[in-house]
Amino acid sequence: MNKELEIKTKEFAKSIRLAQINMFRTLGFGHIGGSLSVTDLIAVLYESIMRYDPNNPKWYNRDRLVVSKGHAGPALYSALALKGFFPLSWLDSLNKGGTNLPSHCDRNKTPGIDMTTGSLGQGASTALGMSMALKKTGQNVFLILGDGECNEGQVWEMALSAVQHKAGNLIGFVDCNHKQLDGKTEDILDMGDIAAKFNVFGWYTQTVNGHNVSQLYEAIRNAEQNACDRPSMIVMETVKGKGVALVEEIEFNHHITLSAEQASQAIEEINKQEN
Amino acid sequence: MYELKSDTIDIKNIFPQVIESLFMEDENVVYLDADLMNSFGTGGLPEKYPDRAIDMGIQEANMVGVAAGMSSEGKKPYVHSFGPFVSRRVYDQVFMSAAYAKNSVRIIGSDPGITAAYNGGTHMPFEDVALYRAIPGATIFDIVDAAQFEKVIRMVRDNEGVTYIRTPRKATRKVYEPAEIFNIGEAKVLKDGNDVTIIASGFMVAEALTAAGELDKTGISAAVIDPVTIKPIDASCIVKHAKKTGAIVTAENCNINGGLGDCVASVLAANYPIPMEKVGVQDEFGEVGTIDYLKERFKLTSGQILKQVNKVIGRKAGI
Repeated sequence: MNKELEIKTKEFAKSIRLAQINMFRTLGFGHIGGSLSVTDLIAVLYESIMRYDPNNPKWYNRDRLVVSKGHAGPALYSALALKGFFPLSWLDSLNKGGTNLPSHCDRNKTPGIDMTTGSLGQGASTALGMSMALKKTGQNVFLILGDGECNEGQVWEMALSAVQHKAGNLIGFVDCNHKQLDGKTEDILDMGDIAAKFNVFGWYTQTVNGHNVSQLYEAIRNAEQNACDRPSMIVMETVKGKGVALVEEIEFNHHITLSAEQASQAIEEINKQEN
Repeated sequence: MYELKSDTIDIKNIFPQVIESLFMEDENVVYLDADLMNSFGTGGLPEKYPDRAIDMGIQEANMVGVAAGMSSEGKKPYVHSFGPFVSRRVYDQVFMSAAYAKNSVRIIGSDPGITAAYNGGTHMPFEDVALYRAIPGATIFDIVDAAQFEKVIRMVRDNEGVTYIRTPRKATRKVYEPAEIFNIGEAKVLKDGNDVTIIASGFMVAEALTAAGELDKTGISAAVIDPVTIKPIDASCIVKHAKKTGAIVTAENCNINGGLGDCVASVLAANYPIPMEKVGVQDEFGEVGTIDYLKERFKLTSGQILKQVNKVIGRKAGI
């Protein structure tokens, strides 16, 4: 990743964080922790990797993204609004009655959302189905899983199946923020070494710092070039609530409240961060 | 009046030719199975159509999700497994990845109810219709015979949303000729009648026709209706015959809770409440046995229909 693209991507990540905090301030609560932990990945995908057209969200040749941890919708909505898929003013409508931006991703409501998710594990299989349908036409299908989500058996059904069906255009990520709703993943249902598990299933596996945009970018490019007909899994070490100290510090930060005062403090903190 | 005949063609032997001809007609048609191709006559297809006839292994949840993902990219998936494994086992995948996400998946659940026979209670879905009825926009077929099966498989190719087709695999009593035309939400009046209406689906249609023949001999004129789709239900046909005959008996190879009978009862309650009785499984689990044993065990017979007809006619007369 060249320096210029790196700076641009970091700047975009900052904009996504700010937009999210504004969304949560308007609503007063939300899935803040897990949205912030995938923010740098979302920035990399939309700033420097994916092929898409905001004016034609269903453009056939676009790359697809399935955010299987559907509660990270706010991170994705912020990126899509900033990229012009829909007006920025929509962000104020998160989770309000009649909104196009529900808490969990909905492909029938939000321009730019490729798959409806929310019941954990299911995006894994739908992403595989999309990649099988698109195998001959060359689009990539990106899939974002949570580490808690990997508790679901369906993820591991898909992990077996994607190798069998040679889903080389499927590039997955696991957001290892080490927390799930009830606590630390190791205390609730310890997933152990997730990368080793995917690797032994036959995936082309890499582990990166999920907040280092350059590492993420290089890992995706590496997967595109070297996985061949194997599906790829990029396991990301992340921090739940990343970029906002007052969220990071909360032990159980899956779904939390955010006061106007806290939001202002968060915005000040994000603005101070250096690229 | 439709005549009952015997049929020697196993439904599972029809499916390979039908799906193959659909492959020819439409490049987007795909067929996924969960390690039951050899039980459904399609074992030879993956070799011939590796990208279109796909054995997903024993992974029903993943299979339904993959089918939903394929639908979002324009494919027209048919998926098959035994009834319980493409209904209760994958209910959330069918509900969210397919129906809620507006992906169109055609789901074939074979061996409905007691037709699971020697596979027993674990494989014997009495609840699948109730489950699918609760999914907004779902279409439900309870297959009567081979001719209907072939027509239904073809006609749902472009159907939107979730389509559930519960079908026997083996030969059934023959009710329909190959030329019969079916439409979603359009019931078939197989026999007209004045005194009572029997609304039956699946193999209970044959039992209903047999019962109606017996009733004729005793001077009771019974209409027999196959709803074709349990959802959407042909309410106007039901109401018309309710008004004409004043009494209804439903007959289904399902739990009476949530199945065809409840569906008909909802139509009557809202439009024209009259005496009605159900023939069906009385809130029990399945068990092993021959079809003939299980029909008697769960009272899914023409004899039971006759009993309920006599009861409902008594109620109509205020006895």
